[in-house]
Amino acid sequence: MAPTRDGFGEGLVRAGERDENVVGLCADLTDSTRMSAFAEAFPDRFFQCGVAEQGMATVAAGLGISGKIPFIASYAAFSPGRNWEQIRTTISYNDSNVKIAGHHAGISVGPDGATHQALEDIATMRVMANMRVIVPCDAIEARKATEAAAKIVGPMYLRFGREKTPVFTTNTTPFIPGKAEIFWKGASPKCVIFGCGPLLHNALVAARELKKKKIGVVVVNLHTIKPMDEKVVVDLAKQCGTVVTVEEHQITGGLGGAVAELLARGHPTPMGFVGMQDTFGESGTASELIEKYGMGVDSIVEIVKRVVDKK
Amino acid sequence: MLLAAGSGHSAGPLGMADIFAAFYFHILNHNPKKPLWKDRDRLIVSNGHICPIQYATLAYAGYFPVDDLKKLRKIGSPLQGHPHRGAAPGVETTSGPLGSGLAQACGVALAGRLDEKQYRTYCFVSDGEQQEGNTWEAVLFAGRHRLDRLTAVMDRNMIQIDGNTEDIMPLRSLREKYEAFGWDVLEIDGHNIREVIDAVHEAEAIQTQPTMIIAHTIPGKGVSFMEGDYHWHGKPPKDDEAKAALKELRTLGDRISSE
Repeated sequence: MAPTRDGFGEGLVRAGERDENVVGLCADLTDSTRMSAFAEAFPDRFFQCGVAEQGMATVAAGLGISGKIPFIASYAAFSPGRNWEQIRTTISYNDSNVKIAGHHAGISVGPDGATHQALEDIATMRVMANMRVIVPCDAIEARKATEAAAKIVGPMYLRFGREKTPVFTTNTTPFIPGKAEIFWKGASPKCVIFGCGPLLHNALVAARELKKKKIGVVVVNLHTIKPMDEKVVVDLAKQCGTVVTVEEHQITGGLGGAVAELLARGHPTPMGFVGMQDTFGESGTASELIEKYGMGVDSIVEIVKRVVDKK
Repeated sequence: MLLAAGSGHSAGPLGMADIFAAFYFHILNHNPKKPLWKDRDRLIVSNGHICPIQYATLAYAGYFPVDDLKKLRKIGSPLQGHPHRGAAPGVETTSGPLGSGLAQACGVALAGRLDEKQYRTYCFVSDGEQQEGNTWEAVLFAGRHRLDRLTAVMDRNMIQIDGNTEDIMPLRSLREKYEAFGWDVLEIDGHNIREVIDAVHEAEAIQTQPTMIIAHTIPGKGVSFMEGDYHWHGKPPKDDEAKAALKELRTLGDRISSE
């Protein structure tokens, strides 16, 4: 078990070692975003911005158009939560090479309560032209995604969680930005589950439960929400006949929304959506909240069954 | 330009004409034939709505043909209604939404420091955008990180769209605010090109902190019926108004080019 933010911290140091143009900016959350390791390794390339997410984004925009590769880190509720317009105009429209690391995303930040639970960030980032969006599923993938982000030229949003979550990929698990990976392939699948972030682990456990109930499914790690691996998504939807999306985010506008838009254009398919059902969260432990708000293993099993039965 | 475009801002561009001329023809170390030359001085225009004067100055400085100025705000044109990086040569960054230019200039100046470049970063800001929180985050940042190669010029023309700044949301002493955040502050007559150039040279001599040059300007400068009137902030002249304005400006025109 390890939080995906740990992978970010490690990946950023590696990216910094490889390329001296990588710089880090943080808005007074250096330790909890794990940017502290980079700040210690490269003190001359780390810039404290204070509690000022709009300033952080716009300073980074200036660095990014001047040959630097800035990573900006804060809680996703504040960045990209508070500084959306600055990201839109000065990073995205400007095509500035800035990587936005949104931390403590999702309901699993837990006891801090709904103010700090970013549940809209995938939607608000993916809707921008020029922006790429990646949601790593575990700490190892988070490290790979962070390293990859430094090599890709252009604006990118990366989403990380606070809680320790299962590490179920390895150093050799394939990770290519923009490429979906099949993590589970059941016999004669009736449903394909597209998931992102640590909840993907719940989707895999649900797949095992469904197997016991003689329902074959495919589980896909759709870590890159934009640009989406359209061919794999459409082909698997055609092959399986039903689709369920799993994300720690509002069911509107995020991964589920993106998949639904794609399938509506290419191959309309019955869908089920696991995620926040148009409501805010509350304080509680991560696991309590995941269960209460319908993102636990049982909920995934239930929604898959419902979608498959209905077809 | 504005007449052909049918929309845009009149007062700000006229009020900043002398400062733009001073920068592109006297101050900036730049090469209009190589707009992306790595060692060029950077001029970030934060108050992007005054871009007509930037476009005009860039054209006369040789960045693109003067004829292109007629394309302002037209479809497919490099001269966007608010400036966009990569659209017109010489435009360093995208701006228009107020308050985000000074922070971008901080980033540009910081990159220059990291790369041990000698270029200077200049940023034009309006007084109205001193009401934006983003501006003050940048002011804090530049002071904290001692961005001594950053010099900002504020168009202190006392107007904004809805009225006079001191009526809408009083800014009071901007000098004291900037000084408190670790900036050096100079105040000049923004229509005296000699003062503009001297102030920039003075700012260059300050090697410990960023400099804000508060340039007192007259919005609509050179057109009697526009001068000082906030109603001209965000609208273009009509046909007969444009003719009258151009006549007034042309009779004064030599004053600028002979400086």
